[in-house]
Amino acid sequence: MSFPWAREYQPTNGLMKFLDERLPLPRLIHGAIGAGYPVPRNLSYMWNFGVLAGFCLVMQIITGVVLAMHYAPNALVAFATTEHIMRDVNWGWLMRYAHANGASFFFVVVYLHIFRGFFYSSYKAPREMIWLPGVVIFLLMMATAFMGYVLPWGQMSFWGAKVITGLFGAIPLVGEPIQVWLLGGFAPDNAALNRFFSLHFLLPFVIAGVVILHIWALHIPGSSNPTGVEIKTEADTLPFHPYYTAKDGFGLGVFLLLFLAFVFFMPNALGHPDNYIEANPLSTPALIVPEWYFYPFYAILRAFTIDFFFIPAKLMGVLAMFAAILVWFFLPWLDKSPVRSGHYRPLFRIFFWILMVDMAALFWLGGTHAEEPYIMFSQLTTAYYFLHFLVILPIVSSIEKPKPLPYSITESVLGSDKDASPAIPAAAN
Amino acid sequence: MIRLFGILTGLFFAVAVLWSFGNGAFVAATEGMGEETAEKVFYEHPEKLELPSDGIFGTFDVAQLQRGYQVYKEVCAACHSLKFVAIRDLAQLGYDEGQIKAEAASFQVPGIDPNTGEATTRPGLPTDYFPSPYANTVMAAAANNNAIPPDLSLITKARDDGTAYVHSLLTGYSSPPAELTQQFPNFSTPPGLNFNRYFPNLNIAMAPPLAADGQVTYAPGNPDPTIDQMATDVAAFLTWTAEPTLVKRRQAGFAVLGFVLFATILAYFAKQQVWAAVKPKKAAKAKD
Repeated sequence: MSFPWAREYQPTNGLMKFLDERLPLPRLIHGAIGAGYPVPRNLSYMWNFGVLAGFCLVMQIITGVVLAMHYAPNALVAFATTEHIMRDVNWGWLMRYAHANGASFFFVVVYLHIFRGFFYSSYKAPREMIWLPGVVIFLLMMATAFMGYVLPWGQMSFWGAKVITGLFGAIPLVGEPIQVWLLGGFAPDNAALNRFFSLHFLLPFVIAGVVILHIWALHIPGSSNPTGVEIKTEADTLPFHPYYTAKDGFGLGVFLLLFLAFVFFMPNALGHPDNYIEANPLSTPALIVPEWYFYPFYAILRAFTIDFFFIPAKLMGVLAMFAAILVWFFLPWLDKSPVRSGHYRPLFRIFFWILMVDMAALFWLGGTHAEEPYIMFSQLTTAYYFLHFLVILPIVSSIEKPKPLPYSITESVLGSDKDASPAIPAAAN
Repeated sequence: MIRLFGILTGLFFAVAVLWSFGNGAFVAATEGMGEETAEKVFYEHPEKLELPSDGIFGTFDVAQLQRGYQVYKEVCAACHSLKFVAIRDLAQLGYDEGQIKAEAASFQVPGIDPNTGEATTRPGLPTDYFPSPYANTVMAAAANNNAIPPDLSLITKARDDGTAYVHSLLTGYSSPPAELTQQFPNFSTPPGLNFNRYFPNLNIAMAPPLAADGQVTYAPGNPDPTIDQMATDVAAFLTWTAEPTLVKRRQAGFAVLGFVLFATILAYFAKQQVWAAVKPKKAAKAKD
């Protein structure tokens, strides 16, 4: 660990000494979530979502592996095996509902994690290399969730796959060959279902790999905190265990209460009824929509309704949809304000909340029928989305006069930095 | 440099989407917000239907499910399959083993003649799934004016507010109301279709399946088989077929949520205790 005040791991018994010299796993744990990882003492509950996202990933992998034991990725039987899981597999309904709602809650948690990053500028130096793998994780999650939604082979699975892979058809010249190559045919069929299953099984482990990079990079500068002031002394920190294991434990309980309420009492509330109809290439649903967590980007995709000079509307929509996420990669360099926390940035804070309202509107508009006035709303909200990140943020960060920052984290918590050190009890070691 | 490039990119996307917006706004201003259609004005969301299985404490009324099954078997099964439900599942409707065996044997299912190997039919077994009324979708389409009757196993989950939808659809047949024909003189119900205000495009291929009170004879001790009662019962039955584990799911939910609530309360106090020593003594927090 790079923290001068991080406590070195001391093996306490012979076995641990033996292990530490050969395979220092206890040392790794100590450095990751023990006293070897000093964390700012002022983290709010907004800092819970990283742990919760990790929990969601593990839960999705476990339920997913069990589901894969009973599911068959074949267009003839995929829908029937899904029903077999729901009806005949012991606790199969629980596995499937936990997996489907788990995906939704994974996105809830990750969106909150990302929005936390927006408000507290968690992407700023020296944390750029935490942020960038984070955006990669989000992109991988989107790919994984999209392919997972195709697997039950319901109507929305089929038509969603058709629409989304159809986006590649918008690329000039090579678009259609790419689309056919991706699908293994001219429309989603058995070949597409098989490769989606294979990739849906693979990608979560890729995500787990990038999560390791994400956490590894986190442990270099340490966690950010609500004041945005960096750690100055040991008094500003608490060891991760027991303080944040206890706090995250409570957060996990609250999360589980909400999540399980959905799983057991309204498991289909976040889904779409059409996906309980078996895929039928000859019957187009009245409204084709992705899962709710894609709505903002789907709204952006659909907002471009006419050609922009020589760029076809469809291509423009596809470009904008990808750009809407790719722009996050550039945040560390677009926002040049030296102050991190939105609490001390009066102008930025206003635009942050406008962005949140804008995102909420996009979440709503992505699920509506493509008709007026929804199209016009989504065009205005899309315009603000791009203006916010690419125009407003760079300008605000250079003209804004931030409020004075506290001297240290301890000062912000205790009012003064003097009597801080004795407050750390010996038990924490 | 990167910010200059960012601002230009942002302006590019914003101008492009506002270009679309301006165009849409111009069209909306000159031509209005899109036409009213009969489907938009006269389609109705299903009417609320109350069943014993509603709500988080709801359970299935076995007698009602049996009546609903009877309606399915005597009316719906003529055209609609129930392919994800096995005959053995009837055990959950309160039938005993002998009754289920007899029930299964009353169906003819596709089989193989053990002597010649030729395709034939045999009496059903409890492990068989409910047989389909048509051998394939071509036959189903041919027999139904090209409208394939959907499988009913999942119908209440496959429609918005599905249980209420089944009931409303079955009781929603009428002739087009006078206001509709006044407002949309071009609206017509083509021959072979039937007007139903709960069907999204108002004209449904299915003829009214429940035509008269008493169409199905219920065993003594049951309510009168009015059209409304039969529709309610079959909606309850199809709620069960769509999710036989519904009640078990809620029961498990109470146990699990109760445990997690208890664990969360413990976690809260554990957190309070761990943090007690390092919490600021006075509320001297300097925030914002």
